[in-house]
Amino acid sequence: MRRIYKIQILITAIICALLISSWTPVQAQQKNIILATTTSTQDSGLLDVLLPIFEKKTGYFVKTIAVGSGQAMTMGQKGEADVLLVHSPTAEKKFVAEGYGVNRRLVMHNDYIVVGPAGDPAKIKGTKATTDAFKKIASAGALFLSRGDNSGTHSKERDVWKASGINPEGQKWYQQTGLGMGQTLNVASEKNGYTLADRGTYLALKKNLQLNILAEGDAILLNIYHVIEVNPAKWPKVNAPGAKAFADFMVSKETQEIIKTFGVDKFGSPLFFPDAGKKEEELGK
Amino acid sequence: MDLIFEGILKAFYLLITLDPEVMGITLLSLQVSGTATFISLLIGISIGTVVALAEFAGRRFVVSLINTGMGLPPVVVGLFVTIFLWRSGPLGFLGILYTPAAMILAQAVIATPIVMGITLAAIQALPKNLRLQILALGATRLQMVWILIKEAKLPLLAGVMAGFGGVISEVGASIMVGGNIRGYSRVLTTATVMETSRGNFDVAIALGIILLLLAFLINLILTQIQQREKPR
Amino acid sequence: MNGSPPILEVKDLQVIKAGSLVLDIPALTIEEGEILSLIGPNGAGKTTLLQTLARLTKPSAGDLFFKGQKASLNHSDLEYRRRVAMVFQEPLLFDTTVFENVASGLKIRGMQRPEIRKIVAENLEQFGISHLLHRSARKISGGEAQRVALARAFATRPEVLLLDEPFSSLDPPTRESLLADLESILRQTKTTTLMATHDRMEALRLSDRIAVMNLGRILQVGPPAEVMNQPLDEFVASFVGVETILPGRVIKKNGGSFLASIMSHEVEAVGEVELGESVVFCIRPENVTLAVHPSKESSSARNVFPGKIVKIIPLGLYHKVQLHCGFPLVAYVTGHSLENLALAEGKEVVASFKATSIHVVRKKGGQEIK
Repeated sequence: MRRIYKIQILITAIICALLISSWTPVQAQQKNIILATTTSTQDSGLLDVLLPIFEKKTGYFVKTIAVGSGQAMTMGQKGEADVLLVHSPTAEKKFVAEGYGVNRRLVMHNDYIVVGPAGDPAKIKGTKATTDAFKKIASAGALFLSRGDNSGTHSKERDVWKASGINPEGQKWYQQTGLGMGQTLNVASEKNGYTLADRGTYLALKKNLQLNILAEGDAILLNIYHVIEVNPAKWPKVNAPGAKAFADFMVSKETQEIIKTFGVDKFGSPLFFPDAGKKEEELGK
Repeated sequence: MDLIFEGILKAFYLLITLDPEVMGITLLSLQVSGTATFISLLIGISIGTVVALAEFAGRRFVVSLINTGMGLPPVVVGLFVTIFLWRSGPLGFLGILYTPAAMILAQAVIATPIVMGITLAAIQALPKNLRLQILALGATRLQMVWILIKEAKLPLLAGVMAGFGGVISEVGASIMVGGNIRGYSRVLTTATVMETSRGNFDVAIALGIILLLLAFLINLILTQIQQREKPR
Repeated sequence: MNGSPPILEVKDLQVIKAGSLVLDIPALTIEEGEILSLIGPNGAGKTTLLQTLARLTKPSAGDLFFKGQKASLNHSDLEYRRRVAMVFQEPLLFDTTVFENVASGLKIRGMQRPEIRKIVAENLEQFGISHLLHRSARKISGGEAQRVALARAFATRPEVLLLDEPFSSLDPPTRESLLADLESILRQTKTTTLMATHDRMEALRLSDRIAVMNLGRILQVGPPAEVMNQPLDEFVASFVGVETILPGRVIKKNGGSFLASIMSHEVEAVGEVELGESVVFCIRPENVTLAVHPSKESSSARNVFPGKIVKIIPLGLYHKVQLHCGFPLVAYVTGHSLENLALAEGKEVVASFKATSIHVVRKKGGQEIK
């Protein structure tokens, strides 16, 4: 190849390296925290309120990566995140037991509800035990939408089916969307089907949905949030002090107060219930 | 239907009051996609002309690589760039995952083969003896390459438009490598997806309209330049 | 010319493309100020020769000398290319104005704007296209485009000008006008020029010398009259327009002239030959005279043969008459004569031609006389 062409390629490579490097963030790495959390948590809007306060107070820059609970914990397992804010207790316990996470602390809870079409073809309205409601849906063969994406909501839903002794996989009335909570609710609304949703997302979208709350309040429907710091012993590259600062912040008194009143002005009732300091078993009593 | 109507109203409201968050997102979209397109222009045109003009072993193979690259699914690019930029990945030391720099990188990877392929075709479409004629006029090889690029400026412009259009409307890779972080790596496409999943259709529609307007405007300008001179 | 070295010289030049030898020229010299035409069929190697002389193509072997200095094949050819200009069959203009096109060679050399303007104006004037100064190159006719291409080349004041069939894509009147202008410009500026063409008339008119090429070789090079009337072999002969080519054998010698047997007819010609030698007679159609009544016409032609017209082909201003008089013979006849003699296919005529007008090619070696 002619020399002039090789020179051309070389000059181009240099210019590009220069350009990209000029965009590399100026902030030092220590000031960044990668927070892995769930889409429903982010969609609730709670973090939009809390994070600016945290960042102003501590000078950290929080990069919130909202994915499904499953992916959030995988990120933690691989050291790609510094701290997790998730709501999948069974999986979380395994996560900590395997040494990937430390300082798992209770932050808050909200609850799930079973929503469905006003017509309620499976007649579950008023059923106290969620497992009974699910049994009715199964025997009626009524359309049920599942998120099917390994999210916290999906895990909870699987737990309930298990507790009901029913395996809905492969049944014609059981459809998995693979989508986020908001979109799954939309699909359920369009198709007149039942689904399990977190109260926060439902309230936020209520005005656009033709779905009613048909079962709620059961202990099994509690959605419990923990903050977990990724174990720096396993992954030296994680920002351990940053993670700790964030976790401390989430359970601090001031933050808990904010959590308590979040959503009241918009929806008339709070979206979350602060629980820092309590024991998991105490909840729901 | 009310929903869409409300959405359009909200869109106008946000636009007319120049809502700061929306403006910020728009500006970032332009910066990220603009920079990525610029990079793809530099790499794409120079390597495209080299492949078009030079003879070397394996040239055919390189040409088919470029043509394949033109059809690379953006989301696949996003996946691979993410894997590379993970802390545990080969480029993890750069620490640019979940930053606009990573988005620029991914978008540049998507746009470059497009610009390269179109440049290759454009230069090859020039009359075969033109290169010789330019050399016969006493040009250095560098001058010759530059004159050929100028002669092909119309299709090259089309290539740049195609590259830009492809990345400003791209969402899969941008979410994966950027993280859609508020005020930092959130652009029009990623914000639209998020607002939709939150149920804020009015905001989503507003963002969608802005994106359409942006894409239309830029292409309008570039098309004007291109069509002003009809090729022989 | 005079004692200075030839402006261009080639020794043992060979170009191999795709495994085959497309150019093979043991020697060629071009004198300063001369106009040399290259004629030959497609694929003869004319373009390859021109591009090699322009140093756009690298030869596989051989040397090139410019004004006595060897052009080193490894060294940069930039300086050389700036002293030699080439124009192709297509104008290959740039997508901009006529001014910018003609100025391009000068801009490449880094000339300043005011001086560029002056030179461009001069060259446009010379080619009669001053009025096209600001016109877009896309909006001019084919003839105008070729003038721009020529002006562009001339603007760089080349020491050697190479033209590759520059008129072949033009219609006859345009071609004629451009040819006339170019001829006067070349004579005026005394620019050394090599021109490839497949039009014999162009070559005849413009050139100081003509080179006939075929299969990568130069078969004959010399002044037009020489090449046209004394072709060295059959190929050259047919290419330069000798219509009648007759093989025969010398049967009788008579001092300076001799008799050859051609298809059992005796034809007289002039030249140094051996008895029994195989020869080829080349007779140009312009030298054949036709008559209807032999006894009426008495001429100094010793070769008089009665025959019959086989075919008459109208060629515009004159007619090509193919006849058979014991051997095939071709004559050119004006429309006027055609009418006067009432010539028609099948008519019996008498053909005659002077012994001195026959060009004799000796079969062995192919060198020849006259």
